[in-house]
Amino acid sequence: MTIPEIENQLESEFQYFEDWMDKYNYLIEMGKSLPLIDPKLKIQSNLISGCQSRVWLHAAYENGKIIFKADSDAVITKGIISLLIRVLSNQKPDDILNAKLEFIDKIDLKEHLSPTRSNGLLSMIKQMKLYALAFKTKYQ
Amino acid sequence: MIFNINKIRKDFPALQQEVYKKPLVYLDNAATTQKPQAVIDRIVKYNTYENSNIHRGVHYLSQKATDAYEQARIFIKEYINTAESHEIIFTKGTTESINIIASSFGKKFLKKDDEIIISTMEHHSNLVPWQQVCIENRAHLKVIPINEKGELLIDEFKKLLNEKTKFVALTHISNALGTINPVKEIIEMAHKFDVPVLIDGAQGIPHLKIDVQNLDCDFYCFSGHKVFAPMGSGVLYGKEKWLEKLPPFQFGGEMVENVTFEKTTFNELPFKFEAGTPNVESILGLETALRYISEIGIENIADYENDLLNYATKELTKIDGLRIIGTAEKKASVISFLIGNIHPYDAGTIIDRMGVAVRTGHHCAQPVLDWFDIPGTIRASFAFYNTKDEVDRLVEAVLQAKKMLE
Ligand SMILES: Cc1ncc(COP(=O)(O)O)c(C=O)c1O
Repeated sequence: MTIPEIENQLESEFQYFEDWMDKYNYLIEMGKSLPLIDPKLKIQSNLISGCQSRVWLHAAYENGKIIFKADSDAVITKGIISLLIRVLSNQKPDDILNAKLEFIDKIDLKEHLSPTRSNGLLSMIKQMKLYALAFKTKYQ
Repeated sequence: MIFNINKIRKDFPALQQEVYKKPLVYLDNAATTQKPQAVIDRIVKYNTYENSNIHRGVHYLSQKATDAYEQARIFIKEYINTAESHEIIFTKGTTESINIIASSFGKKFLKKDDEIIISTMEHHSNLVPWQQVCIENRAHLKVIPINEKGELLIDEFKKLLNEKTKFVALTHISNALGTINPVKEIIEMAHKFDVPVLIDGAQGIPHLKIDVQNLDCDFYCFSGHKVFAPMGSGVLYGKEKWLEKLPPFQFGGEMVENVTFEKTTFNELPFKFEAGTPNVESILGLETALRYISEIGIENIADYENDLLNYATKELTKIDGLRIIGTAEKKASVISFLIGNIHPYDAGTIIDRMGVAVRTGHHCAQPVLDWFDIPGTIRASFAFYNTKDEVDRLVEAVLQAKKMLE
């Protein structure tokens, strides 16, 4: 699926949540159940330091697409990471660079991407785009 | 005056709001406090009728603004009981006040292998300036250790004091733990070695009666915004004998007496340390805020807050797995805690959605959290406008977070 298609899919999934508690329960479930990253990759060089929660990000290039793996020590942050991975992983560098990620706003999680939160998510997205740019210049 | 909580709450418009369709419970007072209407009105009045640059014009408005500004200085002199009004320097906050002293003292008095003593529980604002000034002068930073309750080890402090000690900088109340330090005792011990002491009063001023002559501290620093006044206002108190000896920190207008291209002579105290146009409206707001507190009475405030602290401690401790970080015998109304293994960020997110504003993270005091070997805490900090009902809302929010996250 393309990035906009996945974004649409997420938006319709989130429509079914009645209130914030349902939504956060879902994020927490996602955060708890998903082993997102191999512990071997939870190393200093993959660490994006937000001062509230820590985020690890790893990227690999396979067949013209980038595979992202990421994790966090905070469950809600991890839940949001799982959404971002669903949208941005296994996509072409150009598509990643062009992604506007408007779904975050539409499903009302924008506050988690505000700089004041300093949870590492904003830096993670920036870093994902930098990887996309780097792989693009290297392989294309 | 009787402590009338309903009347007091009405004085603070920010407390009347709803967030996420629930009445806001504001428990982040150690970060910044809300302003009473009187303070807001004072700023509006200044900007409407009095705005003019101070100490500069002969015209009517300038005179009026200057008088108001100097009146604020006299009021604050009385509020913290300094010997002289020119011992009150206006700054933009605690951080600037500390930087002025660290930099000026370092420049003039610090030499290689001298020592400066701070404590484990300092806010970065009272740590980094001293650390940097030590690095610049190849001096050494010594740190007073604490016990597991978050109290200073006074005997260890005694051992740190010696003839190489040049300065002691210590917080009055820890913003991360709530500990009230025995600053008077420490000042007395330091003075036996002729060592000057700076007290970081950012958290002291909203909770305690401050009498700098009784404490006998050499410097006392605080921020207006933590004591119901606007951001951008702050105070540096220094004993005249020290302020006279220290060189100016910044240079510019206002702080000079006579300027030629070759040389400048500096203005007298307090102007020597007040370069440039100050934040007049915020300083007037600070005076108004302190007058407001005086009317209620800081002792009444301290009693009320202590009651609130005891109630909140009792109620929070009932929650299974909740652990309070900072359990000193003498504490201000600040409670840092963790819930089981739940990450503070997660807990903070849910508590926020419940309409309760708390702070999560390291509270700009990383070393003390490292000492406790934790990455951060959830911190509820109370002011005299908070209520037991609000404590109950906090408890409810914590239980909700626990239910969702455990
Ligand atoms: C103990 C302590 N010192 C210093 C500061 C710094 O105050 P400001 O940011 O107003 O300069 C704070 C504020 O968080 C504090 O709590």
